[in-house]
Amino acid sequence: MHSLSQIVAVTSVTLRSIGQRLGSSIVAVIGIAGVVIVFTAVLSIAEGFQAAMTGKGDPLRVLILRSGADTEMTSGLGGEDVRTILDAPGLERSAEGPVASPELFVIVGHPLKRSGTDANVPLRGISPAALKVRPEVRIVQGRMFQPGTNEIIVGRAASQQFDGLYVGRSVRWGEGSWQVVGIFDTGGSVAESELWCDARVLQPAYRRGNSYQSVIARLASQDSFQLLKDSLTSDPRLQVTVVRERDYYAEQSRVMQMIIRTIGMGIAALMGLGAIFGAVNTMYSAVSSRTREIATLRALGFGRTPVVVSVLIEAVFLSLIGGALGGALAWAAFDGYQTATMNWQSFSQVAFAFAVTPSLLGQALMYAVLMGLLGGLFPAWRAARLPVVTALRQL
Amino acid sequence: MKFLPLIWRNLLRRKIRTALTIGSIFIAFLLFGILMAIRAAFTLGVDIAGADRLVTIHKVSLIQLLPRSYRDRIRAMEGVTDVTHANWFGAYYREPSNFIANFAVEPEPWLRMYPEYQLPDEQRKTWIANRTGAVVGIVTAEKFGWKIGDRVPLISPIYRKPDGSPWDFTVDGIYDSTLKGADRTQFFFHYDYINEVFRDSPVSDQVGWYVIRTKDPSTSDQLAKRVDTLFANSTAETKTATEKAFVSDFAKQVGDIGAIMVAIASIVMFFILFVAGNAMAQSIRERTNELAVLKTVGFRDGLILTLVLIESCAIAILGGALGLGVAWVLVSQGDPTGGLLPAFYFPVRDLMLGGLLVLALGVGTGLLPAMQAQRLKIVNALRRA
Repeated sequence: MHSLSQIVAVTSVTLRSIGQRLGSSIVAVIGIAGVVIVFTAVLSIAEGFQAAMTGKGDPLRVLILRSGADTEMTSGLGGEDVRTILDAPGLERSAEGPVASPELFVIVGHPLKRSGTDANVPLRGISPAALKVRPEVRIVQGRMFQPGTNEIIVGRAASQQFDGLYVGRSVRWGEGSWQVVGIFDTGGSVAESELWCDARVLQPAYRRGNSYQSVIARLASQDSFQLLKDSLTSDPRLQVTVVRERDYYAEQSRVMQMIIRTIGMGIAALMGLGAIFGAVNTMYSAVSSRTREIATLRALGFGRTPVVVSVLIEAVFLSLIGGALGGALAWAAFDGYQTATMNWQSFSQVAFAFAVTPSLLGQALMYAVLMGLLGGLFPAWRAARLPVVTALRQL
Repeated sequence: MKFLPLIWRNLLRRKIRTALTIGSIFIAFLLFGILMAIRAAFTLGVDIAGADRLVTIHKVSLIQLLPRSYRDRIRAMEGVTDVTHANWFGAYYREPSNFIANFAVEPEPWLRMYPEYQLPDEQRKTWIANRTGAVVGIVTAEKFGWKIGDRVPLISPIYRKPDGSPWDFTVDGIYDSTLKGADRTQFFFHYDYINEVFRDSPVSDQVGWYVIRTKDPSTSDQLAKRVDTLFANSTAETKTATEKAFVSDFAKQVGDIGAIMVAIASIVMFFILFVAGNAMAQSIRERTNELAVLKTVGFRDGLILTLVLIESCAIAILGGALGLGVAWVLVSQGDPTGGLLPAFYFPVRDLMLGGLLVLALGVGTGLLPAMQAQRLKIVNALRRA
């Protein structure tokens, strides 16, 4: 109890005297803030990409692909297969039949606004049930396409990233010409980077006959996933895999996630080391400027522990300020920043926004505290071992 | 030279500060090296793209196929010295997560087109003669522990065998490349091996893209236009560009991610340097009166300037060279993501830029306080102490 009150006393003196050492303290704070900014900014790319890919991911939605295919692009389902799939148990059914949409997925080259060079846009052919399968879709401008016509609707992100994808414009890819009639919103998910048209119009345009690439469907309930999966995979007429939409997109984002996280963590670790050097420098000079004060306290009977703790608390205090500052700046500068990258699995564009999430900020603060503790360790050690007599004689 | 001990003593005056300053500079330049490697990786190797190679893809997108018959029509064109084709096979080894860049190619013309892939003559001969043979990059071979003669089954979701079984390949060759940044992860094999299985199907005699070697790189753009005009209004129209343009367009699709990371971290690197530089300048300012003493005992202004500069450059070079060196060693260990960024290397041009930055740091941090000291009146400086 006695030592606890000593700790409180020494620490409060220490913290109040920071004002006299403002210059070097600010250097340490800014150093740590810099690291936290980079840490938060780089990882917010990964968070944002993941959020776009897995979205709010309706847990009831599943994809049915040809077995062995890891993307819709490499999958293929014949017309007969699709009919069998639509009859499977476990799917939600409405008055118009199963809530399931057989779809085609191709990519087309179209110029990007930001560079003027061609990039791949995913063009998805959908069936009438598609909007029932994705109840979150809203047409925010224009209208839905007329089935059987060369009309397309454009995801909001695709409209922002690509050139000339506005309502009323017509676009040409290869032999076909398409009329843009609407813009749709899905709440920021990966589908907003796509263009949608009638699957039956896309089939002949891409010489796909009566075949599709995937069936996107809604389950009747959470428990019917296994039922659907067992029934489809045991059917001798079919060679398909059933995967939840969330898992599918999580897998698709794996490569990019890994690249960004490896690089982000690596850079943050290195810069952390740099910031620790800065903190060590600051705390050493803090300790040496307080040599006489610390020696006096020790002479008055204060133990080593309160001195060590007070130095460490000062370091942590400074790093917390730096961490909060860096986190706030990163949030202000990067949260919501819109950009796009390539989905390596389908070679097509995915638009997303940087996401500085609370959990990311929490990690950043913990990292800041760790840097502060490491930076304060040696100086605290030195403060504790200060020879009282010589220190008092000094100055 | 006789002043070396003086400089040395000055460096050791505050050992911890000198060590921390050198440490910060070390970190900054280590970061610089790694960032430059990341930047190179995100351009997907555009710097090493062959200047005399063109790539022809389907006009709509690169997933659409082109007829194989185009090959001979392209070969017959004026200004074309060689042409070959490739198909993206998209196969994986055992698990879909074991991603390999694999292509179906024409063996001999392919190796002729890409002389940077170095393959022992013997292996080259075996591969060309073996229809089910494959050549694999050394990085991928090491990753999966493949040796010459190993049988490797690959599963391709794009090209499925009618019976659904995997494709069997024999590793006939392992290529390496001394060209910095060359992709040493690829896996290629005979186009004929898959084409014969798909005889009479819609993908029979269809290829993914053509690679054309031009006689004169300065007329590449015109040749690209002529190729596209040749196939205009056919069932498969083409889009031709230099390999450099092709790779750089692809890199643009990956987007500004690399650029953003480099920008963010460069700012911080310069911040670290600013703090370190400030500490160095500070340690010289602290000694203004000593410099005045030196002047009093007859040191010339130029000599003092030189001594100060040597000291600050010594710190900068010590930290900077160490940082760049360690970055070089780390980066040459290869891609940290395990094959996802094959063009991960430290370009020599950037290394030189790093060297210049080190010198600029040394001179910049020393010059200002040294010049201040020079301008000082000895009397004033001594009085200040």
